[in-house]
Amino acid sequence: MALAKLKSDTTEARLAWVTLPTGAAWANAARADAMARVREMGLPTKRDEYWKYTDPTSLTDAGAGKAALFHSDEAALFDAVDRVRVVFVDGVFDAEASDDLTAEGLEIERLADAMAADIHWAKDVYGVLEARGQKPVERTLAALNTAMATDGVVIRATAKAVKPVNLIYLHRDETSDAVLHNLIKVEAGAEVTLLETGPAAARFSKQLEVDVAEGGTFHHVRAQGRDHERRAVTHCFARIAAESTFKSFTLTFNGVLTRNECVLEIVGDDATAHVAGVCVGDGKDFHHDDTVFVTHDAVNCESRQVFKKVLRNGATGVFQGKILVKEGAQKTDGYQISQSLLLDDDSQFLAKPELEIYADDVACSHGSTSGAIDETALFYLRSRGVSHDDARNLLTLSFLAEALEEIADESLAEELRDRLEGWLARHR
Amino acid sequence: MLEIKGLEVKLEEEDKQILKGVDLSIEPGMVHAIMGPNGSGKSTLSYVLSGRDGYEVTGGSATLEGQDLLDMEPEERAALGLFLAFQYPVEIPGVGNMTFLRTAVNAQRKARGEEELSAADFLKEVRAKAKSLKIDADMLKRPVNVGFSGGEKKRNEILQMAMLEPKMCILDETDSGLDVDAMKLVSEGVNALRSEGRSFLVITHYQRLLDHIKPDIVHIMADGRIVKSGGPELALEVENNGYADILAEVA
Repeated sequence: MALAKLKSDTTEARLAWVTLPTGAAWANAARADAMARVREMGLPTKRDEYWKYTDPTSLTDAGAGKAALFHSDEAALFDAVDRVRVVFVDGVFDAEASDDLTAEGLEIERLADAMAADIHWAKDVYGVLEARGQKPVERTLAALNTAMATDGVVIRATAKAVKPVNLIYLHRDETSDAVLHNLIKVEAGAEVTLLETGPAAARFSKQLEVDVAEGGTFHHVRAQGRDHERRAVTHCFARIAAESTFKSFTLTFNGVLTRNECVLEIVGDDATAHVAGVCVGDGKDFHHDDTVFVTHDAVNCESRQVFKKVLRNGATGVFQGKILVKEGAQKTDGYQISQSLLLDDDSQFLAKPELEIYADDVACSHGSTSGAIDETALFYLRSRGVSHDDARNLLTLSFLAEALEEIADESLAEELRDRLEGWLARHR
Repeated sequence: MLEIKGLEVKLEEEDKQILKGVDLSIEPGMVHAIMGPNGSGKSTLSYVLSGRDGYEVTGGSATLEGQDLLDMEPEERAALGLFLAFQYPVEIPGVGNMTFLRTAVNAQRKARGEEELSAADFLKEVRAKAKSLKIDADMLKRPVNVGFSGGEKKRNEILQMAMLEPKMCILDETDSGLDVDAMKLVSEGVNALRSEGRSFLVITHYQRLLDHIKPDIVHIMADGRIVKSGGPELALEVENNGYADILAEVA
């Protein structure tokens, strides 16, 4: 087939630039396997069903486009939080800027060190969860990340961690093309909170594989930086065991192109998996895509997908979300909502909500809406003396509230809410 | 206080004249009531005075303490001391009632060049005023009007009025959707706010609200005009005979 040939040619052209890093034998094998997956699936093009709304070209090009460095007077996020800081500059670990990587209840290592060790638990996670997540939807860019990544962090939670770990991604080079791969293993009954902040690079490919054992708890709060020209493709693959909890929230400001994929597989009974996101985008260059796939393969589990987007001045938002309930996954409670607030006629929201259910005793619901600010509510607030802009911002925050409520830690939620207020106040 | 002269208003979207020359003068401290059949223009008058979009003023004027209302944004009218209690208060999920009240109070103070109320002072005041309207702490914490009963929504409107301390209060069919007990409670709240410097315009279909909020002057509105004005006895006349007799008499 001409199309398949074209795709394979494009893939080979891109891969000509790639040299695989080397490490322990298992690591080399994992990378080679990932590269084989890349070749088999081919890099995505706009003709692929899952890339219909988002053009992957700038993510698959050989080099990163230029992204001007963004300077802000704002204090760094989560500055007041007592946390373990792990700093990456343009995708490279910075030991000096980072805290000492020892923390109660946690084992934190550099990915490169773990991948060099002959025996390491990372062997059972690295590229393993990603490979599981390649069916039924191909995610070639994730496989490419698995093949190429040299840096990242590897975290094992052995108990209830006292401090959250904050991965801080700094951007200092206008053409940096960063690839990071992080692994998290939450042992039975253990608990950890992962914070991710910062723009990272001109182009950023980032993957997170999370393995949550029975009764474990994983909290994830991420804020993608306020930079205007950043491009990012991120993947999160999680395997969620019985009675465990997985909760992930992402806030995205600006950026040219962001594709966040989240692939959750619930494999044990009575587990909870929530994934939520807020994005605020301004301008016709803004394109944000949330692609989510939640698989229920166990009994009596609950999943929630809550995604809210504020789009203005010609911005584009995409949501592709699926709930797959496998045979026998009875008593599943699945919920999915994706909504956009379009602040003008030029902005657009493209949504593809999907449900696929093979069990008969489940409660699944999904909804998707896009709309403008409610004029009656706006008048109501103004009639009480609130200015037009403040009223609009209050109603915007009101629209986002359901997603922000997905953040379990109220002080983290409050901080992100403040940032959102600041963003709204600046974009009048 | 409020001076309306020959006010003519049409809908922006269609060529439909709603108000056809309304004259109304309300002195400080007075309570006026406007009654009238459906479609007479009562609610339109309240919306035009408070600045809602969708209407076009084609003639006449409206001033509050001598200042031209019609040129102002809704928030400017509010800061000047105009308040509209909505017939259907709006639900705002995700915004706490208390946050909303404080935002409104401080926005108005700021607009008037006054200092913002401190969190402690605000809390003290809101608690005292909420208590007299039987609004509990839970209602103050909940998102604005979300899940409130009809009576709770109207009490919440009166609480906003009490906190904002406007000079000119317009009550748009505040009695709609209220049972007798709720109407009593709301009326007591309004009556507690009556003072020499504060005027009220009470818009209603029925006389029963006026048993509780006793008006000084009653106007009958029909087809975009005030067709008859009188004392409280006019409301009783409507209650006993309906609008038909009055309208026939002025036709």
